[in-house]
Amino acid sequence: MAEDFNHELLCVLSGFGGQGLLFAGKVMANTGLLDGRHVSWMPSYGPEMRGGTANCSVSLSDEAIGTPFITKPTAVIAMNQPSVEKFGPTIVSGGTMVIDSTLAMNGAEGVDLADGVNVFAFKATEMAEEAGLKGLANIICLGKLWAETHFCTRETLDAALAKCVPPSKQHLLEPNRKALQMGIDL
Amino acid sequence: MAKTNPVTLPDYQVERIGAQIGADETIVSARPHALSDAIFNYCPGCTHGIVNRLVAECIDELGIEGTTVGIAPVGCSVMAYDFFNCDMIEAAHGRAPAVATGVKRVHPENVVFAYQGDGDLASIGTAETVHAATRGEKITVIFINNAIYGMTGGQMAPTSLPNQVTQTSPYGRDVNSAGYPVRISELLSTLDGVAYVERVTCDSTAHIRAAKKAIKKAFQTQIDGLGYSMVEVVATCPTNWGMTPQAAFQWLRDNMLPYYPLGVYKDVVADGYANAAEAALERAKDCPIAQQNKED
Amino acid sequence: MADNTKAAEERVLMKGNEVLAEAAMRAGCRFFFGYPITPQTELAAYMAKRLPKIGGTFLQAESEVAAINMVYGAGAAGARVMTSSSSPGVSLKSEGASYMAGADVPGVIVNVMRGGPGLGGIQPSQSDYFQATRALGHGDYFMPVLAPSTVQEMADLIYLAFDLADEYRTPTMILADGMIGQMMEPVSLPPARDPKTLPTKPWATAGHKGERAHNVINSLYLSPEKLEDTNRERFERYEKIRATQQRQELMMCDDAEIVVVAFGAASRIARTAVRDARAKGIKAGLLRPITLWPYPTDAIDKVIDNGAKRFLSVELNMGQMVEDVRLAVAGRASVDFYGRTGGVLPTPEEVLAQIEALAEGRPVAPSAGGSATGSVLPAPIDRKSSYERGE
Repeated sequence: MAEDFNHELLCVLSGFGGQGLLFAGKVMANTGLLDGRHVSWMPSYGPEMRGGTANCSVSLSDEAIGTPFITKPTAVIAMNQPSVEKFGPTIVSGGTMVIDSTLAMNGAEGVDLADGVNVFAFKATEMAEEAGLKGLANIICLGKLWAETHFCTRETLDAALAKCVPPSKQHLLEPNRKALQMGIDL
Repeated sequence: MAKTNPVTLPDYQVERIGAQIGADETIVSARPHALSDAIFNYCPGCTHGIVNRLVAECIDELGIEGTTVGIAPVGCSVMAYDFFNCDMIEAAHGRAPAVATGVKRVHPENVVFAYQGDGDLASIGTAETVHAATRGEKITVIFINNAIYGMTGGQMAPTSLPNQVTQTSPYGRDVNSAGYPVRISELLSTLDGVAYVERVTCDSTAHIRAAKKAIKKAFQTQIDGLGYSMVEVVATCPTNWGMTPQAAFQWLRDNMLPYYPLGVYKDVVADGYANAAEAALERAKDCPIAQQNKED
Repeated sequence: MADNTKAAEERVLMKGNEVLAEAAMRAGCRFFFGYPITPQTELAAYMAKRLPKIGGTFLQAESEVAAINMVYGAGAAGARVMTSSSSPGVSLKSEGASYMAGADVPGVIVNVMRGGPGLGGIQPSQSDYFQATRALGHGDYFMPVLAPSTVQEMADLIYLAFDLADEYRTPTMILADGMIGQMMEPVSLPPARDPKTLPTKPWATAGHKGERAHNVINSLYLSPEKLEDTNRERFERYEKIRATQQRQELMMCDDAEIVVVAFGAASRIARTAVRDARAKGIKAGLLRPITLWPYPTDAIDKVIDNGAKRFLSVELNMGQMVEDVRLAVAGRASVDFYGRTGGVLPTPEEVLAQIEALAEGRPVAPSAGGSATGSVLPAPIDRKSSYERGE
C-alpha cells in the first residue's frame, strides 16, 4: 500500500471556523513538502475570525500548481451542512467526500453529486468526544480521507502530523495520533 | 576701541570673515558655524531668521553639528535645508515628525530636530505631531507659531486667533464656524512621552535669550534621552499680518501672548523624575498592567 | 519559475505574507513601519515578532501617511527599510512615495492588493496596476514594480527589490495580491545578509561627523531648469532600468499563436487554462510579466517574432495591464482582454473558454456579465497545425 499513493490531490476542507480544518489542511500540505512535491495551501479569509465558515484548498501535485483555488476538487472534507451543499457538487467523477455527520446531519442527501463520487459520512465530532479527543474530529476525517485516497505514504502522513504540532504543544501529539488512527481504522 | 586679533577666532570664522577684519575693527558677533553661507529668503522683519540662528547657536555650543540631522518643513522655512550646515532632509507638509522618527530609529546616536510652522505642525501634521510626542520619540521639535500661513499668502492657520482677519477668514475667524485655535504646548504637555515643552517668544532681547535657553534645553533633553522635547516660539508675520515689524511685535504682545501664555508646560526633570518614562509610570501608578516590568 | 522540487530539508511551508517579511530581513532590512490592514497583516505581525530579536525596529505608525514618511526618513538615513499595506492604505502612501522618488531615497513598498475602488473588498484583486505602474503619487516618475506569482517569488523578488532600490536609489514596489499573500507553498529562503556588509551610502543624512560637507535629501527645486535637470538625470536611470531589468516567464511560447498575458494571481489561473488549451490542441502560451515596470516589452517582441497572432490579457480588474500589452504589441497582433473584478477570481475554465473563442475567431467576453468587446476580430487561426502537433 505504501507505494500506490495518489499522484494528484485537489482537496477542499470546509466547515465552521474553529473545527480545525485549516490545521488538517496544513498536515496534508506538509506531506507534500516532506515528499518534495508541489504544494499549495490556500485559506479562505474574511472578516469573521471565529465561528463563521472557513475553508482551505490543498493541492498536492507532481507539476507546478496553477490556481491554488480549487474549483474541481478530487476530495472534500465537509464538517457542516453548508459545506456539503457547496462543495459536494464540485467534486470530480470518482472523487471522495468525507462528511462529519455530527453537524452535517443530512449527509450528502439531496446533493447533486457527479458519477462515482464516494461518500463517507460518520459522526466524527461525536466519536472524538466519546474517545476523549475533543476537538480532533478534523484529524479523524483526515485519517479517513487518507485511508480512502492514499495521497501520501503512511510514514509521510505520520511525519507531517508530528511536524504540525508545535513544540509548545507536544502534549497534543499523542491525541492527534490516536485520532488519525481512529479515522484510518473506520 | 580694543582690537581683536582675527587669529583668535575659530578656524571657520577666520575662513569666513577673518580676511575682512580690518586692523581697527572688533568682532562682536559672528555667524554660527551651523548656519550655512546661504542668504535667508525670509521677509524683512520675519522672526524665522532669529530662530534659525538660535538653533544654529545651540548646535554650535553643544558641539553636535556632525551628528545632527534636521528636518525642514513645508512653509516659509521650506528652504531651511539650505540654511544649516548639518545634514538636512526636506519633508512633505506636516510629516517632519514621522521623517524624524525614521532617522532617529536608524541612528539613535544622532540628534534629530524638526523645524515646523503652525499649519505644518498643528493642522496637516497633527497626527504625526501627537503620535511622535506620545511615543516619546527622542527628537526635538521647534514650532514657529505665528498664527497664519505665510508661504501661501496669509490664510487662516489652526492657531489664528478668534476674530483674526486673514485671507480665508476675511470677516475675522468665526469660532462658531471655524472653531478655536489649537494650543499645542498645552495639548502636548498631557502626553506621557513628552519630557519637555516650553513656550517662548522672540519680541525682545530678554525673550530671545530665554528662547535660546529653551531650545538648548530641548536639545539637551534629547541628548540625555529623556523623551520628546518641543519649544513653541510665538512669532510674527509682518507681511501677512499687514503690519510693520514693530507693530507686529506689539500685536503679538497685545493678542498672541494672552492667548498663548509663555512658560514651561512640561519638564519631567523639574517635576522630580529622571525622564518621561518614569513620570509616565508614576502617573499610571494605579494601573497594574502599565506597571509591569518587561525585564521581569 | 522557482524549482519547487528541491530537497525537502531546504524547503519550508510558509504563507506568502510571512515569506515577504522573512526574506526582507534576510535581504538586510531592519526597519519596518506600517499600519494594520487586511490582507497583509501576517507580514507586519511577523516583523513585529522577529525584528526586535535581530536588532531591528518594528513600529506601528499612526497612519499609512506617517509610515511612508518614516520609511522616507529611515531610507534617507541610509537604512534598508520597508512598509507594507493593501490598496486603500497604499493610496495614503502615494504622497511619501513621490517624495522618495523626488529625493532619490530607496525603500521597499509592498502592496498586497484587494478589490476597489474605495474601501472595496478584501479578496484578491489586481485593481492597483495603474496606480503602481503609472507612478504611485504626483509628479513625473516611475518605480520598479515586481509581481510575484508564487510564494517562492515572494522571497526572491523582495530580496531583489532591496537591491534594485539601493542600486537605482528609488522606491521599489512589490505588487502582490491576497491570493499569493495568504497561501502557503514550499519555499527555499535566500541567505541572510548582514546589513553591515551592504554597500555604504555616502549620500545618506546620518550626520557629517565633520568629515564631509553636509548632505541634503530634498525634492524641492524652485529653479525650473534645475528641476528639469534632476528629472532628466532620473529618467536616464529609468532608461538603464528599462534596458536591464525587464523580467518575465514564458511558458509554451516558442510556437504559441495565442499568448495569454497575466501576472500574479491571474497568471496562476491562466497557467492552468493554457495547459488545458494545449491539451485541446490549441497553440497557446503564457507570457507572465514579473516586472510590471519596466514592462517586459522585449518579451512581447519575441513572442510576436515567434508567430503570436493574438494576445489575451487576463487580469483581476476591468482591464488595466491590457493597455501596456497594446502599447507593446503596437498593432502587430490582436489584443483582447478578460477579467474578473471585486475579488471574484475567474476559473481556469472561464479563461480556457476565451482562449477557445480566440482560436475560433469568436468574440471574447471582456468580463463575465459584460458585453463582447465589439472590436474587429481577426479571422480564425488555422488550427490544423496545432492538432497535428498533438500537444
